[in-house]
Amino acid sequence: MNPEALFAFSLRMGDNALVLSQRLGEWCGHGPALEEDLALANTALDLLGHARMWLSLAGEAEGRGRDEDQLAFLRDAGEFRNLLLVEQANGDYACTMARQYYFDAWHHPLLERLAQAREPRVAAIAAKAAKEAAYHLHRSREWVVRLGDGTGESHRRMQAAAEELWPYTGEMFAADDADRAFVDPAELQPGWRAEVEATFARATLTLPGGGWMQQGGKRGVHTEKLGHLLAEMQFLQRAYPGAKW
Amino acid sequence: MVSAAPVTEAEIWQWLEEVPDPEVPVLSVVDLGIVREVSWQGGEAVVTVTPTYSGCPATAVIARDIEGALRAHGIAARTEMRLAPPWTTDWMSAKGKEALRQFGIAPPGASNAPPGAQAGGLVQIALPAACPHCGASETECVSAYGSTPCKALYRCLACREPFDFFKPH
Repeated sequence: MNPEALFAFSLRMGDNALVLSQRLGEWCGHGPALEEDLALANTALDLLGHARMWLSLAGEAEGRGRDEDQLAFLRDAGEFRNLLLVEQANGDYACTMARQYYFDAWHHPLLERLAQAREPRVAAIAAKAAKEAAYHLHRSREWVVRLGDGTGESHRRMQAAAEELWPYTGEMFAADDADRAFVDPAELQPGWRAEVEATFARATLTLPGGGWMQQGGKRGVHTEKLGHLLAEMQFLQRAYPGAKW
Repeated sequence: MVSAAPVTEAEIWQWLEEVPDPEVPVLSVVDLGIVREVSWQGGEAVVTVTPTYSGCPATAVIARDIEGALRAHGIAARTEMRLAPPWTTDWMSAKGKEALRQFGIAPPGASNAPPGAQAGGLVQIALPAACPHCGASETECVSAYGSTPCKALYRCLACREPFDFFKPH
């Protein structure tokens, strides 16, 4: 296994999990109901666990002595390799759930494929994470249906959220050599589309049309939102380098 | 006092039966199915543990508790983490499941399928077999997540009591 590809790939997986976890963590204490607060925090916790495993592996593959904490807290936005989708703001509950559902519907099958990877460390992390991602997908799918097929107001908001985040879905399937060393994400697109179409039909939502797809996250070209997220997440380690408690 | 007196692996397993899970203390770490192996390496007991959920904050506490418990029995010990194969609730002991039920937590049934078997299909979460309070089978899900990642919140439709369900995983 080419260590550069392993580094690039595990960094992407880790950054997706870390950034989405941080976003979901912003809901903590602000959820619309106690059960939702707990569910969002638990999903964030699962993703944080994934991020730790992937970033530790990235540090090992890189071989420059950087551990999970240094990778999480001491890189600037341009060095992050997450999808633009996961850094988008929480917005209302429909936005949070649309972002989560688009991601989960890609993440879960991807992890199941990676669980068969030849690189044993990648396979082990993916097999572990896939079991948790299955619950995430179940939950976000049901929220899309509940809000889409709910009241007039919830339907309107769910449709608007689905459309607003749609331009960030194309990047999930745009592959380069680091991706292809493990799974060609383009192969996941038909399954993802079938999953989303079936859910949107149940939810009485209209599937957003093709159009322009935003890209750049995998190369470190991010929306302005990531810098603000990192400023909050990294503040303590930047202000008090190496602080522990 | 830490000595290197020979202790059998069976004795160590027995001592581990007394180490409770910090979140669900009616379960020992052995009942929970997370202790995968016990061995001796260079005068030190090595306990191989697999994490339950990847983000579970109890994982670090469990490692510390295991090392502390074995040290209290006079042996040097350390824990090692093993990711693969991933933990499943199918590894939970029958004794552990019964202890959960008596504690008011509905125990998990068989987990769905090994990873890979459900690719592309719908993910369905299994229902608890019965209310742990009154034994009725009619229950409803209140929330897919509860006080810890491993539990969901349910309500019994017969006795109307809420209860935790340890999710099949």
